[in-house]
Amino acid sequence: MPVDVQSRNMVESDDGTPVEELLVNVGPSHPSTHGVGRVLVHLDGDIVVKADMIVGYLHRGIEKMSENRTYLQVVPLTDRLDYVGSMYANWSYCRAVERLARIPVPERAEYLRVIVCELQRIASHMMGVGAAAADTGAFTMFVYAFDLRERIVELFEELCGARLTYNYVRPGGVSFDAPDGWTESVMSFISKVDGMLAEIDDLFFGNAIARGRMKGVGVLSAEDAVAWGATGPTARGSGVNWDLRKHAPYSVYPRMDFDVVVGDNGDAYDRGRCRLFECHESTRIISQAIAQMPGGAVMADCLPRLLTPPPGETYDQIESARGSLGVYLVSDGSPRPYRMHVRSPAFCNLALLPKLAVGHTLSDLVVVLGSLDPVFGEVDR
Amino acid sequence: MSPVLMGAVWGLAAALLIALAALIGVWAERKIAGRIQRRYGPQQAGPSGLLQTLADTVKLVLKEDITPAQADVAVFRAMPFLVFVPIASALVVIPYAAGWVPFDIATSALFFLAVPGLSVIGILLAGWSSRNTYASIGGVRAAAQMISYELPRTLSVLALCLLGGSLSTGTIRAEWRLWWVPLTAVGFLVYYISSVAEVNRGPFDLPEAESELVAGYFADYSGIRWAIFMMAEYGGITAASLFGAAMFFGGGLGLPEPFAGVVFVALAVALAASMIWVKWTFPRMRPDQLMSFAWKILTPMALVQLVVVGVVLPWL
Repeated sequence: MPVDVQSRNMVESDDGTPVEELLVNVGPSHPSTHGVGRVLVHLDGDIVVKADMIVGYLHRGIEKMSENRTYLQVVPLTDRLDYVGSMYANWSYCRAVERLARIPVPERAEYLRVIVCELQRIASHMMGVGAAAADTGAFTMFVYAFDLRERIVELFEELCGARLTYNYVRPGGVSFDAPDGWTESVMSFISKVDGMLAEIDDLFFGNAIARGRMKGVGVLSAEDAVAWGATGPTARGSGVNWDLRKHAPYSVYPRMDFDVVVGDNGDAYDRGRCRLFECHESTRIISQAIAQMPGGAVMADCLPRLLTPPPGETYDQIESARGSLGVYLVSDGSPRPYRMHVRSPAFCNLALLPKLAVGHTLSDLVVVLGSLDPVFGEVDR
Repeated sequence: MSPVLMGAVWGLAAALLIALAALIGVWAERKIAGRIQRRYGPQQAGPSGLLQTLADTVKLVLKEDITPAQADVAVFRAMPFLVFVPIASALVVIPYAAGWVPFDIATSALFFLAVPGLSVIGILLAGWSSRNTYASIGGVRAAAQMISYELPRTLSVLALCLLGGSLSTGTIRAEWRLWWVPLTAVGFLVYYISSVAEVNRGPFDLPEAESELVAGYFADYSGIRWAIFMMAEYGGITAASLFGAAMFFGGGLGLPEPFAGVVFVALAVALAASMIWVKWTFPRMRPDQLMSFAWKILTPMALVQLVVVGVVLPWL
């Protein structure tokens, strides 16, 4: 039987005896890599001594493809970045285009954008919490979370016809106005969300085994969170009070009354719970937005068929479900972007995995990975 | 009847019982899991999807029996049977009715606890012979887990042996009294939890933890050999439930015969169903938490139970 040299990794133990580290290749095809991530784990016994995060398995060259498409044609590509929260990339890109081309956006469209993005936040966080639960073996919780998400996806389908890649936010507004009765459906859904979230909180985060699995696992200090560029619930779980909706307000968020959810310990448990409580805040924002939403057009009028923004560059960022999602856009005056770059929160947050997983067991590695809630469409772009 | 022939007959009967239990058990598990997860479970094959498991079995039998190129072929192929046979043999020493144990030996309680424990060798070697990192880790995890949980399990049954004054399951069942139930409540809890761990089911399914180890020790198995591993799992549930119902609850002792049998089966089914319920409700533990739970909580609990029984015993 030939010895697999690739998997041999001799190191010296403390007393100088040569021992063998076990190399475990987690992914790119593995149930807990949230898509096609790959982690090369060096194990000493059951303890992770080193974890190499290898990305790029879902690289489709979206940034480069954007340079050969008109400004409007890029919007469907942004859907494919964070496919769990397509609305955010739509919106962030459109805001950059609107700023470059100086397109005014009707107020009703801004409100619709806020409503869909907050619905998207609940849907995305349910995916994050559900997948994190499935990583600890609580598959039933995954199904419960997806039950909630499914209702939001149905609302989106009613609104724009798509369930996953919406292409809803467009430069100058949104593609469709809310159909008759849609806001009422949203309100009746919102009234049920708090109860469903409380059930998930009780059944999963209140469970002794789940607490034991997540408390004290992958602890990220507030200083490290800032230093490593973590954003979103990953940073807020560590007590970093940073939310672009509050601290660099955009759109109609200054008119909304909501709180920023912040954790204490920075472990996997706090990150997961931050996501859960953010859903409560999202329901508050949605009901306020529906109450305040004016009538009128949902798309800027007199928009040219072919957008040709004047030469220049801009950077715009919004708070996505994963953190600060930024789009950097350069125009050379032609109908196609000269350069489009995405500042992906999932990518920056995922960079923390090798740091957080070291010293934990292999079982904790998947919990840490799940608590960072990566979406590889956005990581690899 | 010669002992060899008798062993063969009862062994075959036990295998058939496990096959039946797996057929119904897989269906029940999927139905219960469906209810817990607000969905229906199998519906299409037969009434309420009852024939779904049969269809799956046919599919598994027809599937290619793959042996990985790097595997230790002989060991890899033999291990499903080394896991299945000890678990099936546990079924022959269970007192199914008053005064009837299929394979009646004087130390049948010891047999029940010791022989199924041999399947840990099969699991360990199944993981090792696959020459697959995940399978190896799963096999080692299973070995550590099953050996650790055997101790509290044995101690909890020992309390019954003390009360019954015998190592024979038939005698213990004949001696069973209703007041044993409150007296051995802690022992039953320990027995139940460690039985779930013995058959590697959630929340103790670390050896096959799908979110960490893909499928653990049987990651590389397919077709009929994989099915035998699954049958061994359901066989373990069946044996643990029947034994628990007969020994800790007397299996309807004292009732006239058709009722006693019904109560016995109902108790066993309730125990098996609750194991399915637990699996689909709880998250999975971490290996170190699993170990400290066995050694720091379950074993002391079982020892306390033993002491309580020992203190009560002289006054009986």
